[in-house]
Amino acid sequence: MAEPFLSIQQVQKAFGATTVVQDFNLDVEPGEFVSFLGPSGCGKTTVLRMVAGFEEPSAGKILVAGKDITRLKPNQRNVGMVFQAYALFPNLTVAQNIGFGLKVAGMPKADADRRVAEMLDLIKLPQMGDRYPYQLSGGQQQRIALARAIAPKPKLLLLDEPLSALDAKVRVSLREEIRSIQKKLGITTVFVTHDQEEALSISDRIAVMYGGKAEQVGTPFEIYNRPATKFVANFVGTLNVLEGTVTDAASGKVRVNSQEVSLQGKLNGSKSGDTLSLALRPEAISLGRHPGRDSSLSGEITEVHFLGSVIRVRVGIGGSTVSLDTFNSPASPPPAVGEKAEISFSSGDMLVLH
Amino acid sequence: MKQGNRFWAWLVFGVGTTYFVLPLVATFEFSLRKRRGEYSFDAYRSVFGDPNFQATFTYSVVVAVFTILLGVLLVVPTAYWIRLRLPHLRPVVEFITLLPLVIPAIVIVFGYIRMFGSNSALPFLATARGADALLVIGYAVLALPYMYRAVDTGLRTIDVRTLTEAAQILGAGWTIIIARIILPNVLIAVLSGAFLSFAIVIGEFTMASLLNRPAFGPYLQNIGANSAYEPSALALISFAITWGCMSLIQILSRFAPRSANRPN
Repeated sequence: MAEPFLSIQQVQKAFGATTVVQDFNLDVEPGEFVSFLGPSGCGKTTVLRMVAGFEEPSAGKILVAGKDITRLKPNQRNVGMVFQAYALFPNLTVAQNIGFGLKVAGMPKADADRRVAEMLDLIKLPQMGDRYPYQLSGGQQQRIALARAIAPKPKLLLLDEPLSALDAKVRVSLREEIRSIQKKLGITTVFVTHDQEEALSISDRIAVMYGGKAEQVGTPFEIYNRPATKFVANFVGTLNVLEGTVTDAASGKVRVNSQEVSLQGKLNGSKSGDTLSLALRPEAISLGRHPGRDSSLSGEITEVHFLGSVIRVRVGIGGSTVSLDTFNSPASPPPAVGEKAEISFSSGDMLVLH
Repeated sequence: MKQGNRFWAWLVFGVGTTYFVLPLVATFEFSLRKRRGEYSFDAYRSVFGDPNFQATFTYSVVVAVFTILLGVLLVVPTAYWIRLRLPHLRPVVEFITLLPLVIPAIVIVFGYIRMFGSNSALPFLATARGADALLVIGYAVLALPYMYRAVDTGLRTIDVRTLTEAAQILGAGWTIIIARIILPNVLIAVLSGAFLSFAIVIGEFTMASLLNRPAFGPYLQNIGANSAYEPSALALISFAITWGCMSLIQILSRFAPRSANRPN
């Protein structure tokens, strides 16, 4: 692993008696795009604000390119930031907004103008330089905010929920644009979001946060497919959770609602009689028996939602409900509520939550 | 029913307007009677031709400009800092800024004379310039309730914290943040406070008189005591100046840079 570009070491933050970030550690490689993902109040924004210098850690250190920046003021850190509320200066034109950091840094006017034009081209708004922020849409304003943040060539780019104020369509296109610009410039980026789809789609790695701690740090694939904790499994993606009791720990047999499934090698030291939470992603479940799927459970269809290309089916199994999606096929009608149904899955896809 | 409502609305409006306009018309009419048997602008000619009028009016305008500058320098950073970092102190600061409305100017000025007399540690009153400076300070205090409220209302319309942080992260220090980001975005509010300050200063009598400064307020009083028609002309001139200031607030607000917070 390369030398970390951003290193957050045992950082803590308390506001009075309330500790909002505890023992947070993270190393970010040069050019990496890391997302902090978590629910409101998990401390993700506080960590970002500590990196920006708006909050001072109660303990711990923050290093950028090996230099300790923990006690530096925000205007001494050479960090770019994009805010949720755009934060464009209403009294300045788009070009003046983008050039603000360059002017403060004392860049000669001709060079600053050239850089502003480059930035406007980069965000594909070359004709907008003379407009005022109020004349732009939300998506355009946020692109200007991004251009303003990267114009002074910061060492690090911080994005504080930059897409949450935008409508769904703009959100998707802008997140792709942010990722493409980030890759093009190779700038190390930290992105804060509570939207799992956003985090999964654009990040190199994700730090899932809960209660002021990083519950798991990993690639989107690892976070989704191998969640380390119950919280991560529940927070990231849709999950069907079934309660099971270990009937034979040696052979990995678990009873789920009076039906038995085999989870050999996944019980991690559980003893016979232990109760476990077992989880399955909807896409790992099929309606009916399918070749290659070694486990099955029987139940009754309780809900059917026709969503066009996909039909969402809920199957009651004892006291639990399992949700799964099947593709719509014009040749066969959707299943009916009240029908008996069997669901099948590979025991290897089942997650045992601790 | 609707027609009846309209009648009462117009009646109230008419009574209000008469109550307001009639004394002005009467004063104006009286001010034109200086020449026996015919209407003339002699009283106005006499006022504008009086070198004391020009001197005192110029003096008061200069004092008003300095008062506004002092008020802006004092109030804008204070109101900004209270909003940004010390919101819990807002009620205290609001109370302090309201005190000049409660404490009469005469009490304040006697306090000044005792505190800053020629024998005190800070002898403002020992020199004419010192007394001028004390007058400016006193006027800034009198205008504080209007200036603070105007600026605070202006700050309420912008996201002070995020704009400050956005400027900070781009490398700006406090002076640049206040001068280039905060002040331009609350300029209309500052101008409103400035014109209100101007209107207060231009006709103020108590402080100027007791500090023995050659201001417009004492001149008005002096003319009023010694002439018949000129005081009416001066009253209307003062009135026009005050209303001119109020109109300027309205006009300038239309030319203000439009912002995301105030798109239309």
